[in-house]
Formats: sequence, structure tokens, C-alpha cells
Amino acid sequence: MGFEGIGASVKRREDLRFLSGRGNYTDDINRPGQLHAVIVRSPHPHARITAIDTAAARAAPGVAAVFVGEDMAAENIGGLPCGWQVKNKDGSPMAEPPHPVLAIGKVRHVGDPVAVVIAETKAQARDAAELVSVTYEELKGAPTLEAALKPGAPAVHDDVPGNVCYDWHLGDKDATDAAFAGAHKVARLELVNNRLIPNAMEPRAAVGEYDTMSGEYTLYTTSQNPHVIRLLMGAFVLHIPEHKLRVVAPDVGGGFGSKIYHYAEEAIVTWASAKVKRPVKWTAERTESFMSDAHGRDHVTVAEMAMDANGKFLGLRVRTLANMGAYLSTFAPCVPTYLYATLLAGTYTTPAIYAEVKAVFTNSVPVDAYRGAGRPEATFLLERLVDQCAIEMGLDRVEIRKRNFIPSSAFPYQTPVALQYDSGDYGATLEACLKAADWAGFEARRAEAKARGKLRGIGISTYLEACGIAPSAVVGSLGARAGLYEVANIRVNPTGSITVFTGTHSHGQGHETTFAQLMADKFGIPMDQIEIVHGDTARIPFGMGTYGSRSLAVGGSAMVKAADKIIAKGKKIAAHLLEADAADIEFKDGRFQVAGTDRAKALAEISLTAYVPHNYPIEELEPGLEETAFYDPKNFTFPGGCHIAEVEIDPDTGVTHVVNFTAVDDVGRVINPMIVEGQIQGGVAQGIGQALLETCVYDEDGQLISGSMMDYTMPRADDLPNISVGTAITLCTHNPLGVKGCGEVGAIGSPPAVIGAVVDALKDHGVRHIDMPATPQKVWGIINANRPRMAAE
Amino acid sequence: MPRVSLTVNGKPVSAEVEDRTLLVELLRETLRLTGTHVGCDTSQCGACVVHVNGDSIKSCTLLARQAEGAEVVTIEGLAAADGTLHPMQEAFREYHALQCGFCTPGMVMSAIDLVKKNPQGLSEQEIREGLEGNLCRCTGYHNIVKAIDAAQQVMHGKVKELPRAAAE
Ligand code: FES
Ligand code: FES
Repeated sequence: MGFEGIGASVKRREDLRFLSGRGNYTDDINRPGQLHAVIVRSPHPHARITAIDTAAARAAPGVAAVFVGEDMAAENIGGLPCGWQVKNKDGSPMAEPPHPVLAIGKVRHVGDPVAVVIAETKAQARDAAELVSVTYEELKGAPTLEAALKPGAPAVHDDVPGNVCYDWHLGDKDATDAAFAGAHKVARLELVNNRLIPNAMEPRAAVGEYDTMSGEYTLYTTSQNPHVIRLLMGAFVLHIPEHKLRVVAPDVGGGFGSKIYHYAEEAIVTWASAKVKRPVKWTAERTESFMSDAHGRDHVTVAEMAMDANGKFLGLRVRTLANMGAYLSTFAPCVPTYLYATLLAGTYTTPAIYAEVKAVFTNSVPVDAYRGAGRPEATFLLERLVDQCAIEMGLDRVEIRKRNFIPSSAFPYQTPVALQYDSGDYGATLEACLKAADWAGFEARRAEAKARGKLRGIGISTYLEACGIAPSAVVGSLGARAGLYEVANIRVNPTGSITVFTGTHSHGQGHETTFAQLMADKFGIPMDQIEIVHGDTARIPFGMGTYGSRSLAVGGSAMVKAADKIIAKGKKIAAHLLEADAADIEFKDGRFQVAGTDRAKALAEISLTAYVPHNYPIEELEPGLEETAFYDPKNFTFPGGCHIAEVEIDPDTGVTHVVNFTAVDDVGRVINPMIVEGQIQGGVAQGIGQALLETCVYDEDGQLISGSMMDYTMPRADDLPNISVGTAITLCTHNPLGVKGCGEVGAIGSPPAVIGAVVDALKDHGVRHIDMPATPQKVWGIINANRPRMAAE
Repeated sequence: MPRVSLTVNGKPVSAEVEDRTLLVELLRETLRLTGTHVGCDTSQCGACVVHVNGDSIKSCTLLARQAEGAEVVTIEGLAAADGTLHPMQEAFREYHALQCGFCTPGMVMSAIDLVKKNPQGLSEQEIREGLEGNLCRCTGYHNIVKAIDAAQQVMHGKVKELPRAAAE
């Protein structure tokens, strides 16, 4: 199927509706009789609630109901559950304090929901929300890692001493200590991984609806994984049996991780819809998104690398503090542990690694996975540290990487931090990227920029990541409370068209196109004969959704497995019709053919026979042509590659522009190059955003300072360069498609390349590292604090 | 409640609104034209951009009553009656200038106005600067810039057919 199948840049089928204003996002859904909910949130970082007076709000025009935490507690509504338990060094479980849907007794971050007001119109709900009077006794807040770990720091949760959620480690401490004892040189780096606010362009929204006749609940929500929400909310929070709960995640306007989690507002509108017996809708205002969507990153780390006399890495020691925020979000505990420390070998042969991670509660919004989740933090640390190693050893940044790469002959490669890489060729992506970025010609460009009064620098990152999440038994042994397989149901309709029901969810990734291409290739029929269905628990089988670059590697593999079952059954039907042996039937280009003959039946003939089984092997075969497959991956997948950034700094203003960005990535087999390129460009844009522009700021008490798009710097078109993307692939060895994943590599690989370039541009100013974001203020400060001597001029 | 009358996508409409009702609320909630989106509350994101009397404006920043008598065009009103896409819509599809699609309506409406107001043609840098008022979190803008560049060539009559994206 050359043109539409695997490897073709097919235009996206979802585009027409989005370009015509006919998308169907959650806030576009309006149910008959719908009411509107507005959430009253804490303006304080940390306070005791001493009284809530809702009388005036209840009496306001149009108000149907006002609920507070006690109303939910009275009905035994559970707290929001955490899906991953991490253990302390001594094997004891992490601290897991309750996370009430609506605050009870205390608020712990600005934005903590306290009450919900439900009214006929949004404006009425908003007006009435102003009338809810909450009396707070303010407490001292501790929004940052530093503040929460100080002796005598305020306790975010009364029963969590010292605010420590867990104190965890990974790796071989003794072997690592021995490596340092025998080191020729040690490079050391302290760094901060800045806290980010995801800001998908569609604000979260939820519509709850209760059918008083059937007792069924429906929740429409901005989610990346509707079945996960159904399970968590049904089983742990609202105690609604799953067969009475339907969760629909329609078109979703971007997620980047922030729409994985089960949020309070979903439970509130669903529960409230039964109380008021009308549908209830809530849509976040952007200001609410800033203070209620899970944030990302927020680490403080000290790392050291021991090297021998040739610059070979002998041992890596890492100590990280990770901010969890005020409560544990759904997957928060695994992010700075199993998605982070396991990545610390990177693309290098470092034989001994020891990492310690302390997770800390603070008076800030919960922190969870944001594009890359743990892997950008590990990559930033490692790649920045490798640059320090080059300085220590007096080696070129490329040379030190080459000396330490895992050679392509070494796969499968077992790292000292649990992962076993299946395939890769780091030398190949490096060489291709050096060439594409004209690394060799850089000094001439630096000189040319200097003549224009600009400081130009170049930076490189040779990263690796682990995605295709995840083998269920492995993650189960590491504390996951869920399986992470994926599922596909393929229904060949009687006339031969195909409907595929997938447990993954598309919120910008173009699955409706990529999966249709995959199936067109597999079944040898045109794409327009194939429909991809996702996002509605009433239609799709129990799947785990989309995050961790898993949809193709895990979901696509499930599809291939289901397709193989269809083809196997089709062969039996064809054998019957063609009076041949099933073993002699070949399936090719949409036809079942007796090998070596021209006797064949088209897929549509087989499907019609399956549903109209008049002439059919009914004794041995059930009618119908529909199969389901669950696919549990054998391993993670390991995309990797090389990113090179080139920046120019205006020394008068400190403004940094990324002038060139080149990526060459190994994402495994590529189904749709156009979509892959777009995914990587989008990821790189978020990486450049983290490196130069974005950061979440709390004041010392815990007020959110960067609480709107006027205060938090989102990358705009003129902040970014063209982003050149190439691929140099090796195939994943353990999934049927050989795919690895491309959703996160951009955000993972790019930040250290950009910061490396900024540092390189400022190398005459005595800096070896700059924490993100490298804002004009910061860069200008460095330039002016350390003016280079003019003697040479 | 006061009444406002205007033309939306060529059709006269009239509705009761509160004084504080925003144009975007009138479009989305009263007229159920949900193609125009709301992405922020500080006039920063441009997801809400529509054309009012031929100019692109942020419909979250205009009161409905200020649109009295105005000609409003939303993303739903762009394609020809027979469904033929506007060259800008076509270009966005051709150049993969959208992913989740949420910023897209505002982005397309802004881009059309930007191109129209610059008959001399825009450089890549000028296109980037012209998109200052529109945020996209998905694409990194690379393909949006390419799409607008291709569309301007058609809109200014420099070429008859949209230049195709390079084949892989
Ligand atoms: S909604 Fe963001 S600018 Fe109008
Ligand atoms: S396509 Fe998702 S925000 Fe632009």
C-alpha cells in the first residue's frame, strides 16, 4: 500500500473538522438542562478553614446548590487516589496523606478547591461564588523544597513529619563509592530543574450527567485516558460501579501529561449531577488552570561524575530533591524515581550509579508528569554534567561523548540502573546531527556573529529516553497500582470496512490518521475504509490511554495482534470457501489466496461470509469477524538521538535567540513522517520554552506569582527558530512494529542543548552552568558581573 | 436585558445579552458557534480570534454589545458554500500546521487578516512577529509559519495552486 501505508506522510483526517470549527471539545458539549459549576478556591497557600458560610450564595439568583467538603464527606466520598506507591530506603511505604476532593479543615495550596457553586448560568454561578464566605486562619506556607525542608518548617500535612513523602534510592552505593575513590578526576554540578506549568491550550473542563431512570452516570472530560478516570473515580472516589459509569474524552486540546490525572472537578460535577438531578458543567478559566492543573519538574540536584585519566566515566552519584506539591497527584511518586533515576546511564557506559531521591510535600500545586516526566530531568542533569566533565578533562564535548557511548555492538545493554536497552546507534545519530548542524563550521559563525556584536554559542545533547510505557509486571513490582498494557478491538464490518476501537487517546497526536495507515497497510485496503474510535468507555475496551509515548508502541502493537487474529480466522473461512487447506492460504493486498494459484477471496467476501454464515465451517468456527487483543509490552522502548542548538545573545540586553536547532532522533520505525516531525518540533518548542522562558514562581509564602499568561512566559512564534528534524533509526526489537515513540523526545533532548549553547556563548564570562530558564535578566547579569578583560582587544 | 443585532457569517442574528456578556460568549453559548475557542482570561492566547468588520479581533476582549451592527465572521464561516476551504485552511492542512486543533481557529483567523493587511508579502520573520497574539502549545509554530507563507502566495494571486509541502 505504498502511498497510504507505513512510511507515507498522509495528511491528517482529523484536520478538516478542526479547521472548520467543527471539533467537539468538552466545553463545546451542552447537555439539555445543564447547570454551571464554579469552584471556590483557596486564595491562601496554607490555612485552617474555621468557617464556611454559604447562605448568601445559596440565596443568590439562579443558584441550584452549593456544596463544601463536609457535604461530600457525609456521603463517604473518598479522596483522590494515588496510582503509584514508592518505598523508602528501608522498605517502608511512602507517606500518602489524604487528598480530599473539596478541602476539609485545611487548605494546602493556592487554588485548593473549597466549595462548588452550581447555578443556571455561568455568570450567576460566578456571582454567587463571590458570596461564599470562607473564614481562614492563615498558617505559614512552605512552597519550595528549601522552605519545606528547613528545621521547624510548617507541616503541610500534620501527620507527615518533616514534609518528606519518601526517601528512596537506586543503584549500587558501594560500587559507586569505590569508583569515586579510584577516580582520576571528578566533575560536580548543582542544578535546579525549573518548575513548569503545562498550559495545554484547551483549559480543563468536565460535564457530569446522571440519568435518574437508569442510574447511569456520564462524565465528559478533558482526559488522556477515560478508562483510567472511570476506574479511579468510580472505584475509589464516588463508589459508582463501573457498569454504571461512562467516561467520554472527546476532542481534547492538548494534554502533555496534565490531562492524565483524575482531578477533583471531575468527581465534583459527576457527584453533583446526581444531587441536583441535572447535568453540571465546569470549565476552567486559565487562571484556574495555573493553580489547579498538575505542574511539572521542580527538582534540586547535586551530581558528580568520577572519571579515569582518559575521560571514561567510572561512577555517577546523584542526590535529588523533588517537589510533590501539596498532595500526591495520580502518578506523581513514580516521576522522580522510576522515570528519572533509571535513566541516569543515558547513552553512556557508566558502570556504577547511585541515586538518592527525596520527595517533599510543599504548599504548592501538585506536581506530576509533564511531557517527558522524569526523563527530561535526568537528561538535563546528565548532559549538563557531561559538559562539565569535558571542561574538567580539557576534552571536546563531542569527543568525551564518543569515548563513553554504549557501542552499537553492545545491545541488548544492561545498565546499572535496572533498564535493559534493546537497540540504538548513538554514534549514527550523533554523526548525522553534527553534519546537519554543520558543527564543524561553527567557529566561523561565531566569529561572524562577534563582528555584529553578538555572542554566539553552540550546545549539544546526546540523550536517550525510556517510553512505550510499560511492562505491567515490571511496573507492578516497582509500585504501580495499574497494569500498563494496551488493547485494540477490530471489527471487520459485513461489507469489509473496518472499525478499530483503541484504548489509547488522541489529543493532537493524529492517531486517527496514523492508526488508519497502520491498519490500511496491514489489511491492504484503502484508509477511507477504516475508522478509528477512541475516547469513550462505552465504546472502547478497557485500555490505559495515552502518555509516555506509548500509543503506537503499545496500542499499535495491540492493533497488530488483533489484526493477526482477524487474518488467521479469515484464512480458515477462505480455506472453507476455496476448498483448500488453511495452511495454504496467504493473505496479501487485502486478499486471501491459495498459495501458488489465482484462487482468492477478498476481505469483504470473507467478512460477508462470516456474518452471513450459510456456507460456513460452523462446527469449528464461530460466525463474525471481530477480534480483541491486549498487548503487554516486554520492555520499555528506548528512543534516543542528538540535539544541537545554536544561540545568539545580545550582550546589551541579555536576550538569547535560538538561531538554529537541529535534531536527529532514533524513534524506531516511522509510520507517518509528517506527524513524527510535528511531534518532535512541538516537543523541542516546549524544551526551548523550559530552557529560556518558562518558570513557575511562588513567593516565599506560597502565593503563585506566575499565575496567568501575562506572568508565565509561553513560547510565541517569534521566540522560536525553525526546527530541523531528521531521523536515523534502529528498530525496537521487542514489539511487532519496531517502533519506539516520538512524543516526548523533543522535550527531553533539547533543554541541555540550549543551555549548553548559552553557556558556550558566555564562555569568556567565567560561567560553567546556568540554571533554566536563561532569562535576559539572568544572562545580562552574568555578562555584566564578569566582563571579560579587554586586554586581548 | 439589552438586545444586540449583528451579522454572523452572513446571517443576521439578534439576541438578548447582559451588559457584561462578551462577544465570544454570545458566539459560543447563545449562537452555539463553538469553533471559536477560549484559551485564556487575559487576552493573551488568541484562540478566540474572529473577524469583526474585516479586522481580526479577540472576541474575549469585546463586549457583545460593542458588536452591535457589526459583520462578524468566525471559523465556521470561512469555507465556501460548497465546502471549498479557504486557502489558509487548506494550507494549514497541507503543512500539518495543527495538532490538537484548539488554537487553530484563532490562528487561521489571525493569519488571514495578517496576510490581507500585508499585500506586499511577509517574510518568515514578519509572519512570526505577526503571530505574537496567538499561542500554540503543540506545533512549535514551524509548520504554522510554513502554512501562512504558502497561503499568502495564493491569497495574493502569486500562484494559482497552493504550493505543496515537500514529500518525504
Ligand atoms: S481567549 Fe485568550 S485571547 Fe481571547
Ligand atoms: S495545535 Fe494544539 S495548541 Fe495549536
